[in-house]
Parts: sequence; structure tokens; C-alpha cells
Amino acid sequence: MRDVKVLGPGCTRCKTTEEMIKAEAAKLGVDVTVEKITDYEAIAKFGVMSTPGIVIDGKVVHAGGLPKTDDLQRWLRA
Amino acid sequence: MTTQALGSRRSPVVWIGGIAVAVIAWFAIYRQLEDFSRSAVARMPIPQGSALASSIEFFLYDTPKVLMLLVLVVFAMGVVRTFFSPEHTRAMLAGKREGLGNIAAAGLGVFTPFCSCSAVPLFVGFVSAGVPLGVTFSFLIAAPMINEVALGLLFALVGWHVALTYLAFGLAVAVVSGWVIGRLHLEGWLEEWVRNVRAGDIDLQPDQMSWVDRFEAGWNAVKEIVGKVWYWIIAGIAAGAFIHGYVPAELLSRIMGVDAWWSVPAAVAIGIPMYSNAAGIIPVVEALLGKGMALGTVLAFMMSVIALSLPEMIILRKVLSLKLIVVFATVVACGILAVGFLFNALFS
Repeated sequence: MRDVKVLGPGCTRCKTTEEMIKAEAAKLGVDVTVEKITDYEAIAKFGVMSTPGIVIDGKVVHAGGLPKTDDLQRWLRA
Repeated sequence: MTTQALGSRRSPVVWIGGIAVAVIAWFAIYRQLEDFSRSAVARMPIPQGSALASSIEFFLYDTPKVLMLLVLVVFAMGVVRTFFSPEHTRAMLAGKREGLGNIAAAGLGVFTPFCSCSAVPLFVGFVSAGVPLGVTFSFLIAAPMINEVALGLLFALVGWHVALTYLAFGLAVAVVSGWVIGRLHLEGWLEEWVRNVRAGDIDLQPDQMSWVDRFEAGWNAVKEIVGKVWYWIIAGIAAGAFIHGYVPAELLSRIMGVDAWWSVPAAVAIGIPMYSNAAGIIPVVEALLGKGMALGTVLAFMMSVIALSLPEMIILRKVLSLKLIVVFATVVACGILAVGFLFNALFS
């Protein structure tokens, strides 16, 4: 089970990112829990400055802009 | 990488060829726009030369023109911006001294990708990494005010000299306002959690970007930005068309011309609570200038509409105390006033 967090105050791109993660995980058959972090203090503690950010199993893998599907698959598989 | 992912990526050759064809088609169409709008109006059953005809012609000419320019400028800037990131900018600004730091911050603010929804994480990220407060403000003022949409549209609709002036004076406002805020030493007026937060270190693998990735980023920027602002543009052009056709020139140049000193503060006072983006306001600016409104007054109006907005201040309230927001707005408003007055005095 991979623990995925999407960091962002709730803009459209954060929602799209969340949906992309779920879709890619389903495609790869990887079990994920996706949690949204909208609190600014919590986002800052991860050191992320541009949203949406993606944290997988506690490690920041992406910050700023929509992720690329190839990258998502790589992170989810790793 | 799956075969599906491979198949969706076009080769650089396809991209470059496609861009070349698109640019040629772009210029071919662009040159026809004026003739097109004139002949379209000539065929309409309305009195030729009337205010209505003049408004419709302005609208028919400006709408495709502005949208086409926007696509071109946003694509180019989208590609340029792939070379900058907030993390990289922060690293460059951390520990910079005030003065030089303010200048660097304002300059980087023009190129670093920025959206108002990430203003807060960005602010906290800068301050917690040791970027001085005044330098952070220089960045935060420049980033929304001087952007590719504003500069590109000004360049195309009003001319390069106005675009360059806007750039120079916008940078000056950002540098000086940030420096003043830094001198005031208001770190204590940040919200408490911001002063205490220890931002985690992140160790992101720098994205390996090929030229295809950069072109794709440019195209995504076009889809995202043009998709978001097109209705602002239509509304702005409609307002501009109305001014162009119906508002008598003498009226505006009398109340908003160079001679009326109070027109600059009035323009700023009207502009601050107004919330529009560059795309919506510039067709209006174009029409106002055409009617003889003083350039300094127009620039002051435009800067206050874009740089100071109520929604952004509400977002910033999460990190700044109310006192600090008031200081921020006051300092920037004074800077904009100075630009308006100076410009009207120099170029009247």
C-alpha cells in the first residue's frame, strides 16, 4: 500500500493531480491511499513552494504544475 | 515507460516543423485581420461611419488579434519558464543582501512561474529559507504585475515604448517598495506560525527536460492560460469597443488628461478594489489611450488593477498580519502614484 499525499490549497490543478494519481495507480494495479493536504503550515513543512506537490511514502517527489504520466508511473512503481 | 506513453510523445522534428508552419500561418492570418474587420462592417446593414460601426469594427479587429497574440506570447514564455523554478529562484535569493537582492528578486519575479494560488507556500518557502522579507516582497510584487500577458499585449496593442515603460517602471515599483518594506523591519508582523515554521529540505531530482518537454510545457501553458482568460478578454474588448465608439474624446481627455493632477490618485483608488487580469484590462487601456487619457494615469490605473487586488490580500492574510498587509498595500500604492505623476510630468 503506497501512501500518497497531494499538497495544495485546493486549486483545480490539485484536484486534477489527485485524479491522475488514482487513474495511474489503477492502471498499474498499485494499491494507494490518496490524502489531500490543504493546510499551508503542513505544506510549508514539506518544503514545497509551488503547488500541487506530491509526496509518496513521506518523500516529496514533485512540486509545481501537473505531473507527467510517465513520471507518475515511475514514482508509483518505485 | 509503456508503449502508450512512448506513442504519445512526438519527436522534436515534428514539433519544430509544426511550429514553423503555425508561425507562417499565424502571420498570414494576422495581416488580413484589419481588412477583414473593415469589409465585414462594410457589409453590415448599419450606418457606415457611425459610432456603432466604429465599435463593431474595433471589436471584430481586436478579438482575433488579441487572442492570436496571446497564444504566441504565452507559448514563448511557457517555453522560457521551463528554465526557471521557484526552488531555483529561492536558492539564488537566499542570503542575498537587500538592495541587490531586491533587484534580483524583481527580475526573477518576471520569469519564475507564479500563480496566486501558490503565493502563500512560496512566501513561506522564501522567508523560511532566509530570503529577507523585503526581498521576498519585491518578488511578490513583480511576479503578478509584470507578466508575459501584460507585456505581450501592451507591446502589440499600444506599442513597444509603452510596454518597455511598463516593464521598467513596474520593476522600479517592485524594487523600491520591497526595499522600503525591508527597511521598516516588520518581521514581527508576520503571523506567528510563519516565523516558527521550519521548512523541510526537499531534494527533488531536477526534471530531465528535453526540448520536446519544453515545447509541451509551452503548449500546456497556452491551453491553461488562454482557457482561463479568454472571457476576460472578450469582456475587456467589449468595454474597449464601447469606449472607442461612444465616449467622446474631449470628455476623457478633460477629466483624465495630463492637466488634471488628481486623475492619478483617482485612477489608483478606482484600480485597487478592481480585480481583473492583464488580459481584460489592456483592451480598455488601448481605448482610453486612444481617447487622450494621459499615459501616466493609464499606467497607474493598470498597475493598481493588476498588482493590488482584494483576493490576493485575502490569501496573504494567512501569513501576514493585517497591519503588514496595510503597509504593503500603502507602499505599493505610493510607488504606483509616483510612477503616474512622474510619467505625466516627463512625457506631457
